[in-house]
Amino acid sequence: MSSSSNARKPSGLFRNLSAKIASVPMVLTALVVFVGGTAWTVLYSFTSSKLLPKMNFVGLDQYERLWSTRRWLISIENLAVYGFFSMIFTLVIGFTLAALLDRKIRGENVFRTIFLYPFALSFVVTGLAWQWILNPDLGVQSVVRSLGWESFTFNPLNDPDIVIYGILIAGLWQGTGLIMVIMLAGLRGIDEDIWKAARVDGIGTVKTYIRVIIPMMRPVFVTALVLIASGIIKIYDLVVAQTNGGPGIASEVPAKYVINYMFRAQNLGQGFAASTMMLVSVIVILIPWAYLEFGGKKRG
Amino acid sequence: MVDAVIPRGPKPRPRFSRTNIMLYGTLIVVAAYYALPLYVMIVTSLKGMPEIRIGNIFAPPVEVTYQPWVKAWSEACTGINCEGLSRGFWNSVQILIPSVILSIAIASVNGYALANWKFKGSEVFFTILILGAFIPYQVMIYPIVIILREMGLYGNIWGLVMVHTVFGMPILTLLFRNYFTSVPEELFKAARVDGAGFWGIYFRIMLPMSLPIFVVAIILQVTGIWNDFLFGVIYTKPADYPMTVQLNNIVNSVQGVKEYNVNMAATLLTGLVPLIIYFASGKLFVRGIAAGAVKG
Repeated sequence: MSSSSNARKPSGLFRNLSAKIASVPMVLTALVVFVGGTAWTVLYSFTSSKLLPKMNFVGLDQYERLWSTRRWLISIENLAVYGFFSMIFTLVIGFTLAALLDRKIRGENVFRTIFLYPFALSFVVTGLAWQWILNPDLGVQSVVRSLGWESFTFNPLNDPDIVIYGILIAGLWQGTGLIMVIMLAGLRGIDEDIWKAARVDGIGTVKTYIRVIIPMMRPVFVTALVLIASGIIKIYDLVVAQTNGGPGIASEVPAKYVINYMFRAQNLGQGFAASTMMLVSVIVILIPWAYLEFGGKKRG
Repeated sequence: MVDAVIPRGPKPRPRFSRTNIMLYGTLIVVAAYYALPLYVMIVTSLKGMPEIRIGNIFAPPVEVTYQPWVKAWSEACTGINCEGLSRGFWNSVQILIPSVILSIAIASVNGYALANWKFKGSEVFFTILILGAFIPYQVMIYPIVIILREMGLYGNIWGLVMVHTVFGMPILTLLFRNYFTSVPEELFKAARVDGAGFWGIYFRIMLPMSLPIFVVAIILQVTGIWNDFLFGVIYTKPADYPMTVQLNNIVNSVQGVKEYNVNMAATLLTGLVPLIIYFASGKLFVRGIAAGAVKG
């Protein structure tokens, strides 16, 4: 592995030998699993592999089939809806909670502990808890009806049109605490003098947040966005636990599509093509971010 | 750690001003919303099934029963197997301990090499490692199946341990690298002059100095590995399924009458380990996720 350092002196390879040996797991992970594994999957997405990976290339056939499969189109639509609302609500709720907690309040620790505890729980636990709360016969819907509002209907998990919003409710409950903590750290990093200056100029609190504080926190928002986005693309166990893709295939998501085709439907080629599409979407998000973050530094 | 520094000065506003009522009112309502699912899970798990069928999910139990907890732990069924969640719990423990130890041992040495013993190309590998953290797991899942099969570890707990070690590496290496970089260089140089080598400095100087970051890493890994579902379901056999996978199989099984109280007791049991760590570790947990979130 250490041979990557093209030694000029014969001793170059052995300089720092312990460090190189200690780095073997990292090098193997980076090169074999991350680079090699990714390249392998992309390569085999152009084959007609079924039960076992086979090297018979069929060009873009798998992708054509992918984009004409209803299940995949529903998955993509769900991901888009979930992603859009999750992005907006997580940022708004996370920032608002952080701003409220930053107003020098009593019991800040108690509030923060309550807002963040769902993040410690797994998606499986989150999904099952909300599956129970949204249960149409015994959950929120039946409680509101028993209070006298007989026609009240809130049954997202059994309604194909809105099932993704039922998952969104659970996802927001689990994930907003993390963004709140990050936003709070960002707010704490802002100089007190900014607030004093705003007060002297007679600018209101809300206006100061919108006009001054939020623009100053741009890097924090970028970090939060990248975190939320990479979480959205990975969404899998929440759906499996809460609805298992149902009713029917109404709440399928791309990550679940991939696993289904690789391990249940024994159609590896489809799974590889779908996972390659997931990779492409990550790259599409990552490149503008990397450009914004590191573009200015101009490293060789 | 932040508010320990900021002195609690005199309050600038009167206590019951309108803004204060709005502020606390909003916070209390939102906090109630966040706390509600945990409350509902707890009360449901303590009720009998007849009470659940006629009652209100938000009502506290009229008659407290611990039977659902006993049943969830030792009798609940997945398919034909009725050993309860206890098997999943012990599987998770068996997966957790070697995974945490191995991933942290490897990542801390990696971080140390990257911070203090840079070699040609080390930064390149590190960059690939960090970028790799953004690749969706689905892209690498099948190649890893092949690698593990070649090594004879597929469907085996040790294969899963390797997977956790590999996917924990980017964030942990980043964490340790950043920490070791902040250690004063003089210390390192002095030890070099005294003739200490790579491992000597690591064990005698770096390790004793970096206990807090090890605690952060342990918190991060224990919660992350305990909560994992995807890798557990793919890389182990049903007999070795971790607790999350078994929980999902118990609750979402289509056979038999749904016992919501047992399901909620099982869900709480699975959530207990990360919740205890969360409530016990407090600010360290926040530090852990902040370290995980903010790139170096």
